[in-house]
Amino acid sequence: MLEIKCPYCGNRSQNEFSYGGDATVKRPSLGKEVSDKEWDDFVYFRKNPRGKHSEFWHHVAGCRQWFKVSRNTATHEIFKTSKINEEI
Amino acid sequence: MSQKFRLNKVGYINRDKKISFKFNGKKYFGFEGDTLASALLANGIHLVGRSFKYHRPRGFIGAGVEESNAQVQLYSGAKTEPNAIATTVELVEGLVAKSQNCWPSVSFDFGAINNFLSRFFPAGFYYKTFMWPKSFWYKIYEPIIRRAAGLGIAPLKPDPDRYEHQFEHCDVLIAGSGPSGLASALAAAKNGARVILAEDKPRFGGSLLTDEVTIGNKKGKDWADEAVAQLKSMPNVIIKNRSQVFGYYDHNMMVMFERTKDHIENPNKFIPRQRLWYIRAKEVIISTGSIERPLVFGNNDRPGIMLASAAKEYIKVFGVAVGKKPIIFTNNDSGYDAAIEFKKNGINPLIFDVRENSESSTVQEAKNLGIDIKFSHGVVNAKGYLKVNSATIGKLNKDKTSYENLYDVSCDSICVSGNWTPTVHLSSQSGNKLKFDEKVNAFIPNQSRQNESTIGSANGSFTLKEALEEGFNKGYNLSKKINGKDNQTSSPTSNEKSYGKQDKFWCMPLPNKKHYKRCVDFQNDVYVSDIELALREGFRSIEHVKRYTTLGMATDQGRTSNLNGLQLVSNIEKKIVPEVGHTTFRPPYTPVTIGAIVGREVGKHYRPTRKSPIHEWHEKNNAVFVDAGLWLRPRYYKQDNETLMEASKREANNVRKNVGICDVTSLGKIDIKGPNAAEFLNRVYTNAWMKLPIGKARYGVMLREDGIVFDDGTTTRISENHFHMTTTTAQAVNVLSHLEYYLQVVWPELAVNVLSTTEQWAGVALAGPNSRNLLSKLFPDIDVSNEGIPFMGYKESNLFGVPARIFRISFSGELAYEINVESGYGVFMWEKIMELGKEMGIEPYGTEALSTLRIEMGHVAGSEIDGRVIASDLSLDGMLSKKKDFIGKRSLNRNAFLDSAREKIVGVVPVDKKTMIPEGSHLVEDSSASFPNPKLGHISASCWSVEYNNPFSLAILKDGKKKIGKKLFALSPLKNTNIEVEIVSSHYVDPKGERVRS
Repeated sequence: MLEIKCPYCGNRSQNEFSYGGDATVKRPSLGKEVSDKEWDDFVYFRKNPRGKHSEFWHHVAGCRQWFKVSRNTATHEIFKTSKINEEI
Repeated sequence: MSQKFRLNKVGYINRDKKISFKFNGKKYFGFEGDTLASALLANGIHLVGRSFKYHRPRGFIGAGVEESNAQVQLYSGAKTEPNAIATTVELVEGLVAKSQNCWPSVSFDFGAINNFLSRFFPAGFYYKTFMWPKSFWYKIYEPIIRRAAGLGIAPLKPDPDRYEHQFEHCDVLIAGSGPSGLASALAAAKNGARVILAEDKPRFGGSLLTDEVTIGNKKGKDWADEAVAQLKSMPNVIIKNRSQVFGYYDHNMMVMFERTKDHIENPNKFIPRQRLWYIRAKEVIISTGSIERPLVFGNNDRPGIMLASAAKEYIKVFGVAVGKKPIIFTNNDSGYDAAIEFKKNGINPLIFDVRENSESSTVQEAKNLGIDIKFSHGVVNAKGYLKVNSATIGKLNKDKTSYENLYDVSCDSICVSGNWTPTVHLSSQSGNKLKFDEKVNAFIPNQSRQNESTIGSANGSFTLKEALEEGFNKGYNLSKKINGKDNQTSSPTSNEKSYGKQDKFWCMPLPNKKHYKRCVDFQNDVYVSDIELALREGFRSIEHVKRYTTLGMATDQGRTSNLNGLQLVSNIEKKIVPEVGHTTFRPPYTPVTIGAIVGREVGKHYRPTRKSPIHEWHEKNNAVFVDAGLWLRPRYYKQDNETLMEASKREANNVRKNVGICDVTSLGKIDIKGPNAAEFLNRVYTNAWMKLPIGKARYGVMLREDGIVFDDGTTTRISENHFHMTTTTAQAVNVLSHLEYYLQVVWPELAVNVLSTTEQWAGVALAGPNSRNLLSKLFPDIDVSNEGIPFMGYKESNLFGVPARIFRISFSGELAYEINVESGYGVFMWEKIMELGKEMGIEPYGTEALSTLRIEMGHVAGSEIDGRVIASDLSLDGMLSKKKDFIGKRSLNRNAFLDSAREKIVGVVPVDKKTMIPEGSHLVEDSSASFPNPKLGHISASCWSVEYNNPFSLAILKDGKKKIGKKLFALSPLKNTNIEVEIVSSHYVDPKGERVRS
C-alpha cells in the first residue's frame, strides 16, 4: 500500500485515495473546433511509461481535492506531489 | 506415556506443568513451553506425515519456521486448521493434531504406492500425462488430482474465531530478536526512536537461546533477557513475540502476523485469535537470522533426519534429545555444536565430516570431549522406512566423486549441517537485488531500494561480535537520521567460539548401481533426479526449473531447499551460482490464516450498510429488502403469503389507481452553489440550463467524454446561484467525483462549490392520481393546483412545522411529487403521509413496483444506461443541445455513433401475453438457428404491466425503431426459454405523458 502525501492533508495511506489518470492530458477548450485526431488523443490515447509518470489522484476519503503525483510506475517511488495549479 | 527422550538438566520448559494432548488419536504428555514438535520428539515420535507427491514417510527437519515436512491438521469441525507447522504450534492443554495426506494411517498409507511407482511420476508428470482426451480434464483428471494432491483439509464450516487488524506507525521496525535485532532495538530506543521489535517465536533471543556465548560478562541468554526487560519498560518501544513480519510492501508498509490466543489454556473470550498488523515504518531493520542448509544424500528425507541446528535447539530450549544414537553429518563446524550438546547430556554422537580436517576451537572442544570424529566421511544413504535405523557411511576419495569404502553404522537419528543460508526473504520482497557472496556461499542483500537494512547473520555476518556491532551501529545511525538525537550506546564485549572453514561440498554422489532418492525440496517432493530431468528436457532459466519441478514453491518458499537447488543447477550447467540467479521470494514468508487477512471484515462488517432514516418503519411493516449498492431498500411490503410478483403488482396497481409512497432517500443529492453554477450545469448536462427559472426543476442527462451516457436525474434551481441536483442511487458517488474533477482540474475558473447532501435529506415520492389531494392535506397553506405547482415545479413549505421541499417530478409516469425533509424528520414525514393518506387508499411501494411503473412508462434506468449506450439509443436525442458545447459532445460525431442501425430502446411484449421474458434474453430472428445465433439485441428490464395486465419488457434492439410491429424470439439459454415476442414502442403506457402534467 502506497503512502501518498496529499498537498492539503499530509501523508496518508493509499486506501484513502482514488487514481485519476495521466495528469499531462489537457481537455480541449469548450466550443473549440478540434480535429478527430486531437479529440481521439484526448479521449483514448495515453502513454503507459515504465518510470516517471505524472498523474492525478483524488483524496476521496479525505479532503476531496484532486491533486498531482509524480510517481515511478515501476518502483512506486513518489518524487513529488503538488496542488492542481502547481507545476510538477 | 513417559517422555523417554526428555533430558533432565537443560531446557526452558516448565516441568511443573504437565500438558496432555492427542496426536493421531493417542494421548501424550508434554510440558508447558513445548511445541507440538518438541513434545512429540520427547515421546520418541518422529513419523508425523507423508510427503506431498510420493507419500514418503516424513519426520521433523527443523525446530521453527524452517520446518517443511511436519505439517499437521489441528482440531476438527469449524475450528480445524490444515497445514499447521508442528514446530511452531505451541503445546496447550487439550491440543488435538493429526497427520495429513495419508490413509488409512501415517504408518500404513496406501498413497505410498506412488513411491514405488515414482518412475512413472517424474517432474512435469501432470503436464505430460493428462493431455488427452481434452474432455477428460474437467470431469475425470482434475478431480482425481485434486483429491490426491494437497495436504490438509480446509474447514467446511464458518470460522468461529475473531481476528483483528491493527495499524501502527513507527520510526524503526526490527524483524527478529536475535543478538543483532536486540542490539539495534536497544540502540534505537535509547536514542529516542519509536521502535517495534518483532519476534516470531514465543521466546526472544534467537541464537542466544542456544549458543554458548557471553556478552559483557553475562551468558548470552541472560543478556538477552535483560535487554528484553529493558525494552519492555520503555514507552517508545512495542515488543512482540509470536509475531512474524511476513510481508514487505511498498513505501515500507510491513505486515506482521501475531498469534494471540491459541497458546493460552483458558483464553479470555475477548482476545482475538490472531492479529494482523499493518506497520508503516520509517526504517526497517531485517535481523531475521539464517537457516541451516540440509546435506543431500540417499533417502535423506527419512524420519529421524534433521538439521543439526534443530537438534541443538531441541536440546537447549526444550530439553529433548532427538535420538540416543545420533549421527552428525556435516561439512562445517556448526554441526559440532550439536554433537557437543549431545555429549554434555550423556549421549555419544558420531561425527562424519566431509572435510579432510578442521582445527578450530569448536572442533578441538569436541575432540577434548572424546567425540568420535571421522573426516573425509559422509552419509551415503539412510536406511529404515518409517524411521532411520542405520546409515551407509562412505569414505570419500580425494575429489569426492566416489567412495573408497562403504559400511553401515546403526543409528536412530542423523543430524545434518550444510552451513547457513541468510534469511533474505524480506529484503528480496522490498525490491533489494540480492548478490551472491562467495565467502558466505549464499545470497545476501545488496542495494536497498526502500528504507531497509539487513544486519547480523541475515546479512552474512555470522560472528556474534559482528552481529552486535552491526546492530548497535545501525540502531543508532537510523534513529539519529530520523530524529536528530545523539545518544549512542556502545557495543559490549563478547566471547564466542571460533569456527573453521566450510566445505562447499553438499551432495553425496550415488555409489555404483545405486539409485537412491536424494531429496532437495522436502515440502514439494523434489529430488535430485527431478532437477536433472528438467535440465535434460531443456529447461534453463531457474524460474522455469522452479515451475516445472515445483522447487521452492508453496508455503515453504524454499527456506531449506533454495540454495541446494541452485547449487545443483549450477553444478550440472557448469555455471557459478550467481549466474544461475535465484527465484523470487514472495510474501507471505510463512503461512498466514485467511481469517487474519480478512480480520473483522466478515458478514455484515464486510462493507458498510446504508439505511434510510425511515428504515425501521419499513422493517416494522414487513418490508423485504434488496441491496442497491450499499443501500438496503424495501423491495416490497409483504402482506400475508404474497409472492414478490403478487406484492409488486398490488403496489404498482395502487399507484396507478390511488396513491403510493416510496422511500427515495437513496437517490444521490448534490448541493451546487456559486455565481457560475448555472454555467457549470450547462457544461456537464447535455441540455440548456442558463435560462432555468428559479423554482423549476429540469431533467438532465450527463455524458462521459467518450459520448456514452453517464447518468441522469433532475436538478432544481432553488435560487439564482443555488441548485439541488439528484443522481441515480448507483452513480451518486461517481457523479460527485466527476463534478469535482471538472471544477478543480478542468475549469478552476468557475466559482462553484459542490457538496453531497444525500444523507442530509430524507426523500419520499408520492405518486398516483390522488397525490395532489393528499398534498393539499399535507400542506394546507400553499396552492398545490396545477398552476400552483406545475409539472417540474418546486416549492418550499412546512409540513406541520417541519421545513420541506416539494418537487413535482415523476419517475412512475403518474401525477407525482417528491418531498424532502431533513433526515431526522424522515419518519415523522412518512407517518404523517400514511396517516393523512389512509382515506385516499395510500400504500407504500418498494423498488419492484417502482421498476414496474417506470418500465411500462419507458423511463430508462441503470439497466438501460449500462455504459454502452448513447443518448439517441435511449430516444433521448431531444436532450442534446445543438447550440452549446458540453462534456462528451465532440465524441457524438464518431461514425459508430452516427450509424442509423444502432441498437435502440424498444418495448417487447410476448405474443402469448402470458410469459414473462427473462432479463438478459437475446433477441433473434430465427429461434431454431444453430449457435452462434446472430443476436439483434437484449432484454434490459422486464415487468408485469399493471396497466394492460400482461408482461412487458424493455429491450435494446438493433435498428429497433424500424422493427416496431415485427415478431422476433427472445432466447435465454440460461433459463432455457424461447419466447415469441412482438416489438412495440418503449412508451407502453401514456405515450404522450398526459398524466404527469394533469
